[in-house]
Amino acid sequence: MSIVFFSIVVWIAAWTLNVKLANGTASGTRLVKVIVPTLFGLTLLLVWEMLVRGLNVPLVILPPPSLVVDTMADNLAILWKDFVQTFLKGALRGYLIGCSAAILTAFLVDRFDFLSRGLLPVGNFIAALPIIGTAPILVMWFGFDWQSKAAVVVVMVFFPMLVNTVAGLRETTAMQRDLMHTYAARPAQSFLKLRLPAAMPFMFNGLKISTTLALIGAIVAEFFGSPVVGMGFRISASVGQLALDMVWAEIVVAALAGSAFYGAVAIIEKGVTFWHPSQRGS
Amino acid sequence: MTQKLLPILTVILALLAAWYVAVVPMNIKSALTTAERAGADVVPAGAKERRDLSAIGLVATNSFAIAATFSQDRPRLPAPHQVASELWKTTVEKKITSKRSLVFHAWITLSATLLGFAIGTGMGILLAVGIVHSRAMDMSVMPWAIASQTIPILAIAPMIIVVLNSIGIQGLLPKAFISAYLSFFPVVVGMVKGLRSPDRMQLDLLKTYNSSAPQSLLKLRLPASLPYLFASLKIGIAASLVGAIVGELPTGAVRGLGARLLAGSYYGQTVQIWSALFMAAIVAASLVALVGVIQRLTLKKMGMS
Repeated sequence: MSIVFFSIVVWIAAWTLNVKLANGTASGTRLVKVIVPTLFGLTLLLVWEMLVRGLNVPLVILPPPSLVVDTMADNLAILWKDFVQTFLKGALRGYLIGCSAAILTAFLVDRFDFLSRGLLPVGNFIAALPIIGTAPILVMWFGFDWQSKAAVVVVMVFFPMLVNTVAGLRETTAMQRDLMHTYAARPAQSFLKLRLPAAMPFMFNGLKISTTLALIGAIVAEFFGSPVVGMGFRISASVGQLALDMVWAEIVVAALAGSAFYGAVAIIEKGVTFWHPSQRGS
Repeated sequence: MTQKLLPILTVILALLAAWYVAVVPMNIKSALTTAERAGADVVPAGAKERRDLSAIGLVATNSFAIAATFSQDRPRLPAPHQVASELWKTTVEKKITSKRSLVFHAWITLSATLLGFAIGTGMGILLAVGIVHSRAMDMSVMPWAIASQTIPILAIAPMIIVVLNSIGIQGLLPKAFISAYLSFFPVVVGMVKGLRSPDRMQLDLLKTYNSSAPQSLLKLRLPASLPYLFASLKIGIAASLVGAIVGELPTGAVRGLGARLLAGSYYGQTVQIWSALFMAAIVAASLVALVGVIQRLTLKKMGMS
């Protein structure tokens, strides 16, 4: 019981410190902006650990973070294999295929105003649908291995990416296009120098949304059938064995992979669209 | 109207046509096997010889079987009219209390979706109000709320179901939790933006009126945040439905759209999968449209559109 009491004390102490930091004179500095959320996250982990131990929460309900870390350290080889299967083979390949297919389609569609006017609402509509439901069909078509996972990812990222690219290519104003015309720019030139750069912020928006979708697609598709390796397989198998520490370990890997993937795309975006107001910073 | 409608219809028709064309090569092999058993001359003879041949080549040499590809019992890819007739049979012609009725299954999923959506939206708005009013909360929670959007949250769905099961919570609630979780973060992020949308001038005006923080929340911040809220609600409700469907997968649920998908994939009932999929699409579209209608009515009444 004393641990529970102590955890409450820790929580209050950390929160008071955070309030002090946030309302203090240094609250605008970069350091405080990093410290406050980090402290909050660490307290959360600490309180979780102490509550689980103090209240003797059974392992099948919630494992303490220390056990999850232990499990990760013990099973690095398995986790790595699962990561390779689900992320590198399934999600990443599907992401690359799906996004490039969507961008190429958008370039084609963009040449016909009629088509892009029709495709935008339809694509927006399809992007809001529960496309993840196609997973059982695609698993049936492409087999249990990574090909079917990549196919699910392709279907999932295609429409958000298509809609964003088409919308981005329509972004230039008549004035800007007229300017290119007065420069006697050929259509290819005005595409490369004006419309493509103008579409970049939209395209990166689509690429960023797609990173999360890709990982979700690859993991959930494994619930419908997979070889005995992969993050989705490991999650559903470990849930069946009530080995929740392993499930949490996979979730940590998925979270790290998801954030890293998103972060990588965001860094590329920063390099490509450095001129855009949202990237110039304040 | 025709300006808008004509391109949309063209695109939909093109998609349908592409679907019909794809049905032929997808189903040709099983159609040929059936035809051969019925005594037709198939080139080349024997299912084994045909296994490694390209489907398009087989269509060219056995064009008589094209019609049969559209009416297979368990096609690899059902034709649109097969899906449509299955949808019609399982929605209109079945009683809605029957376990074969898709309306029944859709309702199971929909009720979990709506419950979860209500919980998630409510909590999201509360947290957003807290974030806007407390600087410490803003700095502690907001980075995590944004970072959590990059995490495949759906992966923890099976665990939530099993854990809640083991402490005795079953049925609607576990699925609703997943839905709530998925709709929570979009609402938080959107609402924080919305509650901050009133500019300095407006906030100052309320200050000169000597209004308290709750008063300026109710009379200025909340009304001003509505356009942002509705934008997040549209994302949130679609995410909620996905959450409820995925929540039905891991426990081997027997009811709900996710259960229909899973059962269909176990027994190779492709038409059933496709019709469940279209039902899910119809439900999602109606939910998003409903939020859109409420948005338009509310904003119009408030003079914001």
